Formats: sequence, C-alpha cells, structure tokens
Amino acid sequence: MSTALGDRHENYLNVDSSVKSWLLTTDHKRIAILYLLAATLFFLVGSVFAGLIRLNLMTPYGDLVQAETYNKLFTMHGITMIFFFLIPSIPAVLGNFLIPMMIGAKDVAFPRLNLLSWYVYILGGTFTLVAATLGGVDTGWTFYAPYSTVYANTNVIVTALGIFITGFSSILTGLNFIVTIHKLRAPGMKWSRLPLFVWAHYATSLIMVLGTPVIAITLLLVALERGLHLGIFDPALGGDPILFQDLFWFYSHPAVYIMILPSMGVVSELIACFSRKRIFGYEFVAASSLAIAILGFLVWGHHMFVSGQSVYAGMVFSLLSFLVAIPSAIKVFNWTATMYKGSIAYDAPMLYAMGFIGLFTIGGLTGLFLATLGADVHVHDTYFVIAHFHYIMVGGAMMGYLGGIHFWWPKMSGRLYPEAWSRAAGLILFVGFNLTFFPQFILGFLGMPRRYHVYPPEFQVLNVMSSAGATILGVGYLIPLIYLLWSLRYGPPAGPNPWGAKGLEWETPSPPPTQNFEKTPIVTEEAYAYAPTEAEVG
Amino acid sequence: MSLGFPLFPEQASTIAGQVDMLLLFLIGVSAIFAGSIFLMVILFAIKYRRRSEKERPRPILGNLSLEIIWTVIPLGLALIMFAWGAWLYFAINSPPADAMEVFVVAKQWMWKIQQPSGMREINELHVPVDRPVKLTMTSEDTIHSFFVPEFRVKKDVVPGRYTTVWFQATKPGEYHLFCTQYCGTNHANMIGRIVVMTPEAYGAWVRGGGAAESPAVAGARLFQRSGCAGCHLPDGKGPAPSLVGVFGKPVTLTTKQTVIADEAYLREHILTPGSKVVAGYPPIMPPFKGLLSEDQLVQIIAYIKSLAAEQKAKAE
Amino acid sequence: MHPRRRKLASIDSPLQHHFVGLEQQHEASTLGMWVFLVTEIMFFGGLFTLFTVYVTIHAEAFAEGSKHLDLLLGSVNTAVLIGSSFTMAMAVKSAQLGQRKPLLGFLVLTMFLGCVFIGIKGIEYTHKFEQHLVPGRNFHLDSPVAQNVQLFFSFYFAMTGLHALHMVIGVGVLTWLLVHSWHGRFSPTYFWPVEVSGLYWHFVDIVWIFLFPLLYLVARHA
Repeated sequence: MSTALGDRHENYLNVDSSVKSWLLTTDHKRIAILYLLAATLFFLVGSVFAGLIRLNLMTPYGDLVQAETYNKLFTMHGITMIFFFLIPSIPAVLGNFLIPMMIGAKDVAFPRLNLLSWYVYILGGTFTLVAATLGGVDTGWTFYAPYSTVYANTNVIVTALGIFITGFSSILTGLNFIVTIHKLRAPGMKWSRLPLFVWAHYATSLIMVLGTPVIAITLLLVALERGLHLGIFDPALGGDPILFQDLFWFYSHPAVYIMILPSMGVVSELIACFSRKRIFGYEFVAASSLAIAILGFLVWGHHMFVSGQSVYAGMVFSLLSFLVAIPSAIKVFNWTATMYKGSIAYDAPMLYAMGFIGLFTIGGLTGLFLATLGADVHVHDTYFVIAHFHYIMVGGAMMGYLGGIHFWWPKMSGRLYPEAWSRAAGLILFVGFNLTFFPQFILGFLGMPRRYHVYPPEFQVLNVMSSAGATILGVGYLIPLIYLLWSLRYGPPAGPNPWGAKGLEWETPSPPPTQNFEKTPIVTEEAYAYAPTEAEVG
Repeated sequence: MSLGFPLFPEQASTIAGQVDMLLLFLIGVSAIFAGSIFLMVILFAIKYRRRSEKERPRPILGNLSLEIIWTVIPLGLALIMFAWGAWLYFAINSPPADAMEVFVVAKQWMWKIQQPSGMREINELHVPVDRPVKLTMTSEDTIHSFFVPEFRVKKDVVPGRYTTVWFQATKPGEYHLFCTQYCGTNHANMIGRIVVMTPEAYGAWVRGGGAAESPAVAGARLFQRSGCAGCHLPDGKGPAPSLVGVFGKPVTLTTKQTVIADEAYLREHILTPGSKVVAGYPPIMPPFKGLLSEDQLVQIIAYIKSLAAEQKAKAE
Repeated sequence: MHPRRRKLASIDSPLQHHFVGLEQQHEASTLGMWVFLVTEIMFFGGLFTLFTVYVTIHAEAFAEGSKHLDLLLGSVNTAVLIGSSFTMAMAVKSAQLGQRKPLLGFLVLTMFLGCVFIGIKGIEYTHKFEQHLVPGRNFHLDSPVAQNVQLFFSFYFAMTGLHALHMVIGVGVLTWLLVHSWHGRFSPTYFWPVEVSGLYWHFVDIVWIFLFPLLYLVARHA
C-alpha cells in the first residue's frame, strides 16, 4: 500500500497507514476520503435499485417485481441517492478536502466535529440499510402523511430515524464550513479573492444549517405519530396532512439547492482552468449562489400546487419560484462568457463541465414548466417531474461531482488517470443519460404518472428507450470506477499542478502533506489570475 | 399540431387547448435558450480551442450591461410565464356556478363516484359532453390524486377535507383516469376511465341505471335515521339551529368567529361538533365520528345543500 | 508552590494545531456556537410553528389542555431557569477574570438550578401521568374535544421533552466544565469554553421563555 500511494514524499496518505490512524483521523483530507468510500458505496446501492426499477418498467405489466417490491425500490432509490449520496457528495468529499487548502488553512475549524460528522453519517446509513434488509420502506422518499404515519406496513420509523441521524452529519459539515471560511482564511485571502468553489460551499452551508433541522423535526414527528398515534398529521385524529407537506418541503426544497450549488462551484473552477481565464462576472456568480440559497427557502409551496393549498398561496410561490431561477441563469451565461476568447482544453473535467452546462440548462428550463401554475397542473406527479429533477441531479450535480473528482484526482491521489478512457466515459455518460431521461419528459406530457409499477401499454416504447439508456448510463459509471482504482496503482505520478491551474491547492505537492502548507501562504492576487487584465498590464 | 408522434395527449376538454398553448410557449422559449447556450458553448469550444500550452488569454472580468441584459430579459420572460400560468390556474380552479355536481370518494385502491342522479360508479365516471362537471372529492384513507391527462386537470384527494376539480369535456370518448399521488401497494392499479357521452346517450344511461335515488334524497333518509331531524327542526324551535337555507351562509360561533357553512364546515361539525359550536346553542350534539362513512357524509351534505336550493326556489 | 499548581504550570497550551493563535481559536469557537444555536432555533422553530398553527385551528381544545397545566410549577421553573442563567453569566465572568473558586461555585449553582428544573419537570410529568393526560394508551379525558386535547399534550410533551433533553445535555456540558475548572484549565487567556457553554445555556433558557407562555399562558386564553 505505501509503495503505491504517493511514495516519493511524506503526505497525508502514507504518513501512517494503520487502520486506527484512518478511523481516528482528524485530517480533513483523510475524512474526505472516508466520505468518498462511503458515498460511493451508497451510490452503488442506489444504482442497483435504479437498475431494477428501469428493468421492471421495460414491460407494462410489472413482470420483474411485485407491486410492493417496486414501491420499496423507488422509495429506497430516492432515499439512498438523496440523503446518502447527493447531499453529502461534493461538500463532504471535495469540500472537506479542498476548502481548507483553497483558503490557505491547515484544516477546518473543528476537525474532531468533522470526524464526528462522518461517524454520524455512517450510523444513519447503517440504520437505513438495516431498514432495507428488514424489508425496506415503501412510502416514497417524501413520506407523505397519512400513508407514512398510518397506512404503510413497512419500516417507516427505522428509516425516518436513520435519515434524522444523518441530518446531523449535514449540519456539522455546514457549521464547520461556515466557521472555517469566516475565520481561517490566510492573510490576503479576502472574500473577493475566494475561489467560487468556496463561495458555493458557503451558500450551501447556510442552507444545510438552516434547513436540515426542519426535516429533523418533521421526521421525528412522523416517527412519533406512527409510534404513538398522536394526531399531528392524521386527519382521523384531528391532524392536517397538508401541514406535513409544508413542513417537509420547507427543508426538501432548499435541499435540492444543497445538491446543486456545490457542483456549480466545481463547474466554475473547471471552466476557469480549462479556459485558462478568470470567470466572467465573478461577483455576479458569487452573489447568485447566495441569492439561490436565500430565495430557495421561499418557494416550497411549488410542490403543492394541486394539493389543496390556497390558490393565492400558489401564486406567491409561483412568482418566487421564477425569481429563484434567474440567478442560475445568470451563472450559465457567465460561464459561457468565460469561454469566449479563452484557451479551451478538452480534458475530461472540461467535458464534464460542458456537459453540466447543457444538461443543467435543460433541467433548469423544465423547472420553469413546473413553476408555471397552469402548466404544472398537468405535469405534476408525472414522469415530467422525474425527468426534470434527474436532469438537475444527475445531468447537473453528478456531472459536476465527476468533473471535480477527475480534476482533483491527481491532487488527492498523486496519480494521473488514463485520459482517453476518461473522455470516452464522459461521452458515454452524456449519451446514456439523455437516452434515459429525455423520453421521460414526453411520458410526462402524455400523462404517465410517477411511482407506477405497471402502466398503460401505449407508454411502452418510451419506457424501453429510457431503460436502454439506463444500461448505457450504468456502463458509463462503471468505467471511471475501474480506471480511477487502476490509477492508484498503475497511474503515472502526478506533479503538483498537472492542469496548470490557479489556486492555493495546486501550490502543494500531490498528494499534499498532512498540514497542507509548509508555511501559511500570503495571498496577493485575485482568483483565477491566469493572466493580467488590460488594466493591470498597463 | 402534427409531429407524426404524439407529444401531448388528445385535447378533450375546454381547458386542454389552453394548457397546450402555454406548454408550447414554454417549450419554444426553452428551446431557444437551450439551443443558444449549446451553440455558443460548442462554438467557443471549437473556435477558441487551445493551440499551445503557452496561451494566456486576456481575462475579461465582466460587463455590467451584459449582466443587466441577461438578467432583465429572462426576468421579463419569467414574468410572462408567471402571469399566463397564474391566469390559467385561476381558470382551472374556478368551476362555473351551474356545473353538474359529482361526488368522489377515493380509497385504497378505487374511485367511488356518486352521480347527481344517484347512480353510483366504481372507477368510472360517465359525463355528458359540453357540460361543466364539478367534482367534490375526499378520501377515506391516504392522499390520492384525481388526474385525467386528456382534460389536463388534476387535484389531490385529501382525507379529512374536500377538494374540488372541474372540467368541461368537448369530445365523446373514453379517457384515462389515473391516481397520481402515491397511495400504497396498488397505486398503479387505481386507474379508471372517464366516459364522455352525448347528452342523449348520457340521459339514456342515467335512466337505464334504474331508479336510483339522488344523494340528496339518500341524505334526507340518513338525516331522519341518524336522529338529526330530532334536534334540527326546520322552524328552528328545537335545541339545534334549523338547517334550512344555511348552506353557504356565514354563521357565528361561540368563539365570536364567523365561518361559512360550506361542505368542509358541515363535515367537520358532524364528525366533531364540539369544536365549532354556533353561537346561542348548547354544545350537546353528539359526535358522529366512526358512525358515518364518507359516502354517507356526502349524502347528508347534499341534502342540507338541497334545503338551501329549495328555500331559494320558494323565495323566487 | 502547591503541588497541584506545579502540575498546572506544565500543562500544554490549549492552542489547537490548525489555528494560528488563541485569538483565532476563540473567534472560531464563538462563531461555531452561534451557528449551532441557529440550527437549534430552526429545530425548535419548526415545532413551535406547528404548535401555533394548531392552537389557532383547535383553540378551545388547546385552551382546555392548557388549563390542566400547573401554572405555579411552570412559573417556579421559569424563575429557576432565569436564575440559572444569572449564575451561568457569573460563571463566565469568573472564568474571564481567572477566578477559579467563584467559577467552580457558580458552575455548581447553575447545575443545581438545572437539576431543580428537571426535577420539577419530572413532578409535572408524573402528575400528568396520574391525571391520564399522557398521549397514547394512558390518555383518557371526558370532553367533547378529547382528541384535540390529546394533540395538545402531544405538543406539550414533545416541546418540553425536547427542551428537557437539552437541559440534561447542558448539565452534562457543565459537568465537563466543572472537571476542567477543577484542574485549573481556564484562565484569562483561555476561558471561552465556559463562555460558549454559557451561550448554549442562555439559549436553552430562551427556548423556555417562549415555551412557557405558549403552552401555559397563550393556549389557556386562546
């Protein structure tokens, strides 16, 4: 092991390779790797569920699994992917690894809390996996009452508690990032010089800290109601099921911004590096992250336009939902403008970044359909919604994650991965993704409801297309898994800065030493200072 | 709109065409924006591809005018989408006053329909073409959702309260009815059909169903049998208020609050009378929770509604 | 020199390796606690919002439920808690000034008052159990709105229970502070664990300041 990883100099990986040193580490970089391993495991589990779903939907008659099993599959797929993969992924893996380095610090503000957050994540995940082995849960990841609190016959309480516990991991991560970014910046690292990756994580952390406690109390109440028959959300006992939806979506809408903002931060870094140019409109991109975080808390009712919510409330939520879309559009325009007159390289991270721009744009635009009241009535709770959020979560967040993993892989592992395979995988993923999810927009327009394990035969052609795409997508995910692992042993050693990128993390060896910097850096230039501006030259 | 491939379901209601127009507008705007972005990204990636490692492009920090333009234009389009969508939504949620009233009670995993003629249906709803139909719906258990893609209407069906949806069918035929709010094991099997008939065919179908009693008549019987008539005397001289002409009117409660005596209030009051007692009356009404099913509640409410209509008719 | 004092002189600096100085560590700890308290506000806030919605919908039932609460014990507990915040503030001041004995005294006093609070809460809970007002199998009430009164008590137990849990954790934190104070860990250059725990303690107090009127007073007159 010690000969394979970073053998040339002492670094965070080879400084001590005992199991105890890993399980009791307070080094943010090792914690990031621990998260990487766990998150990848959860991703694989969630993907298996997805594969079974798409297999079942190849025929209209539910030939693969029974209804109850199918209902558990889509529920567990959603829960695993959202709470155990997407929400932690970029922040806990890339954020943990990079934020201290990007700001010139030795670690996060509270390294022991950081380790605690990983253990809490593992504990919550264990609860949920135990629930899965006990037969799973079939309420949908949205746990709507009174089905979840009264009528479901599955392991609701254990799963709810598992997610409740995992929420604390999110809170601790967000808390750590906020304090780290405020207090541990190196001299000269002003807010206006921070990489946009850091700005994105700051905004994300605000959401994590403000929103997660609300889902915590919501799930706690679901568990209590189910266990003690209290009557908070059960109309038969005087409760209000729509209040559950309000409480649930108050967190779960901002949660989607927890899932997308970090990958937008990654994309900013990738576009800057592979255009070799400062991000156009830096302040606007940074401000957009904050605007999304704030406005994101005001739009939850757009999930409830046909729930029986007041028509006037619906109008307010619709208007605000349009407003929250604007900052995302601003980012896309600024990234595109960055490429103008840049020096564009086609390395895998850039392919992922460009793929993100395309797919996120489609995902975001289709969000407008859902924000439009009169249109949402038709497409709500259909495959249109599924397509929309997969474009954002997979076409957006996942692409950003993979782009980031590829970009910082040399830094984290000290190895280079095979370039040709990485570009091929990127292309396969792009094709497979579109084939999987674009037909689902049409299925939604045609009226196919979501969470159906059987469907009218006229929907079969589009479903088969989608399932075929899913196979290609699966292959696309396996390829990087293989060559990235391969690179750990056989990849050529990476230098400190294989991409010629700007950023404090690239001024350290690959892999970096435990304390990141020999001496605290002093920052004198703006972010992405690849070349001086006209003004600065003259 | 002919693509040779169906993008939208058939348009079978008055609102469907309007919804489709809005959807097409959204598709058009999305296509233009997405297309422009894709084009520019690909164009720039090719035109400005890196030709040497020594390249150091001059940074362009930003352009305020550009930022303003590409904020204001999308904002403007967004406001148009919002306004159009809100206007349409209002129409979707405003049933005409003369709509034919149908009651829907959803339960795992079926739709129970009560026609105004008294006919009962399971998983099927027969309606006449070119007539507005308003559905008053509730659930016996979990949340369900009533969705007819060809009509472009959808509304959640919630236990403990009434929700409404309305449509006016424009084409005779059979259309999908889907439950579209996950409600348990057989959610995907909770489907049915809406059968739209010509007025003559509908009339014949109603007559052919035999002498079924309307919900109001069934409700009158329940009103007697459950003992309501004993206290709610029509002249108001009993220990409970008269219910003649009460439906839809404001009533003042013992808490000094005023509420409208609509379906929701009546249902809540029948089930748990202690919570909202009318001012001037003792809180002695026994609760009927567990004693009346949703179907029966709907019938009693239909009866009370008919008293208001009767009174109105008498006055005219 | 007193043997214990000699041992103190060789205690290593409390500075953690990733901070450049104690000042930065202090600021980070303080900000960290404030951020944590914000999460607690959102946690309790969700519950309080739900309660507020229901107190409006089920006004009479909630008023009836509230009347079963012991206003005297609740008021005593309020005074106890406010008193404990005072002693906690005094403890923080003692830590800032490096006064070990007063620090120990005030910490013990605060813990004592905290335990009194928890004790009185226990008495109230026992009464509720005897009066058959605990939601679930124990609950039995002769009232036309019994079900909604049970809902009131669900909120009562959830809100005060969560609060009491935070109190217990607070007492645990104070115990930890007590041990470290005993070993002379705190000084005018390193006192903020006390300060930051004080913030937490004040917050738990403030939650009660909202909880008490909501449950004992507002609902009563709804």
